[in-house]
Amino acid sequence: MFNVETIRKDFPILQRKVNGKPLVYFDNAATSQTPQQVIDAIVEYYSYYNANIHRGVHTLSQEATDKYEQARLKIQKHFNAKASHEIIMTSGTTHGINLVANGFASLLEKGDEIIVSALEHHSNIVPWQMLCERSGAILKVIPMNDEGALVMSAYADLLSEKTKLVFVNHISNALGTINPIEEIIQQAHAVGAAVLIDGAQACPHVKPDVQALDVDFYVASAHKMCGPTGVGMLYGKEEWLKKLPPYQGGGEMIAEVTFEKTTYADLPHKFEAGTPNICGGIAFGAAIDYMNAIGFDKIATYEHELLDYATAQLLNIPGLKIYGTSKQKTSVISFNLAGIHPYDVGTLLDKMGIAVRTGHHCAQPIMDYFKIPGTIRASFAFYNTRDEIDALVTAVQKAQLMLS
Amino acid sequence: MTIKSIQEDLIDEFSMFEDWEERYQYMIDLGKTLPLIDEQYKTQDNIIKGCQSKVWVHAEMEDDKVVFTADSDAIITKGIIAILIRVFSNQHPKDIIEADTDFIDAIGLKEHLSPTRANGLVSMIKQLKMYAIAYQTQLN
Repeated sequence: MFNVETIRKDFPILQRKVNGKPLVYFDNAATSQTPQQVIDAIVEYYSYYNANIHRGVHTLSQEATDKYEQARLKIQKHFNAKASHEIIMTSGTTHGINLVANGFASLLEKGDEIIVSALEHHSNIVPWQMLCERSGAILKVIPMNDEGALVMSAYADLLSEKTKLVFVNHISNALGTINPIEEIIQQAHAVGAAVLIDGAQACPHVKPDVQALDVDFYVASAHKMCGPTGVGMLYGKEEWLKKLPPYQGGGEMIAEVTFEKTTYADLPHKFEAGTPNICGGIAFGAAIDYMNAIGFDKIATYEHELLDYATAQLLNIPGLKIYGTSKQKTSVISFNLAGIHPYDVGTLLDKMGIAVRTGHHCAQPIMDYFKIPGTIRASFAFYNTRDEIDALVTAVQKAQLMLS
Repeated sequence: MTIKSIQEDLIDEFSMFEDWEERYQYMIDLGKTLPLIDEQYKTQDNIIKGCQSKVWVHAEMEDDKVVFTADSDAIITKGIIAILIRVFSNQHPKDIIEADTDFIDAIGLKEHLSPTRANGLVSMIKQLKMYAIAYQTQLN
């Protein structure tokens, strides 16, 4: 049974007041809030068994190593990877993307092509531009339509035997559009290209099955799914991870070192140089436990109700326009008020205790497409309520009144 | 009027507002009513790009004083610009260089000048001071 009031009690921050008003947190697409169960995991780690891992023979180091590796297994199970060494612990989605981009630099030849989508976050564009500069590969872009959905016929036209890599986000951070990644992956494989999916925005809402998707690489961040910042994961098919060279040199990633030659450690350690974010990794595992205990089906159903309710309520406001109207979308609403700058609305909403994101959401190409400086983005999580949406609607109306 | 006395006036004016709504409505009205910059000066050269709102600044020297005009695409940012122009424009370069912006805190608008705010205002104040330094160099 999904009871939002019970769930809300798990999140201490939701009791907070901002500018004298009860906090309404609608910036979940930027970072999610942290339940007590995850906070406890962090406190327990530092209070009880903080130690460096994979190298000490003492008890604390053993305990920390066990917990860290348990977290990896939880992540493996959650994403249904075939083996735990296919899960590389990273500092987050951006790190995972850069790791793959850097690895491909040695595999690409001049004239090879990389395809990205027009819906990408900056972090998913810049590494590929850098990679193209280094390797002489060419970057191609899948365009989007007025609904904020990818034009799949254009994608089919871009694919050829020159295509080596396709990079698409599972769900757009700026608009909430769910991309047809199954189709994207199948079509890429048909021409022999590898696919990396950025799951940062998807993982708070759905439970991806990397084997069923047959995806080559999938990246995610813990902090979008009730975990701490500074930790994430890269899933890679074993064959690909073996093919890619290490990303960073350092401790942990080596098997044997002499001044003549270093042999690299096996997976996953080959990609995990230096002391990792041990506490973060363990807390990531706790976050996955927490969300699975609630259940992703229930989360998705509830969030969809919130989305439908908020969409209907917001559209009652004259002059309000929603960007990203694809039928396949998650609980994100990007909108503007006619003739009013999003920054002004965001500023006034903050005064009323409502946290939304304003600006271009690190997705300037999307804003350029719609010819707007940015949007106001309200993104809902499973701990948000209809009452909070009502508060948002009232606050937007008030802001509109003050600004027009 | 000196920069200091204008700042004191502003603090007096803002102390009459009872809550944030009155304070913001005042700024919004300032932002709406004031023509702040001649359209010809809204050029790429004069733009200060914040992550969220854009700010344009133009400076001219008139009788040993720097006259600033500025604008923004966001109305609250424009309201704050109006306040900054009132304080810094039509002053001697030396006074502009030496002035502080502590009054912003006293009138309850501190958050708008935080470096993380990304509205271009922090860069705008830097820009005002740079102009003042440049003009001061010419005077010397």
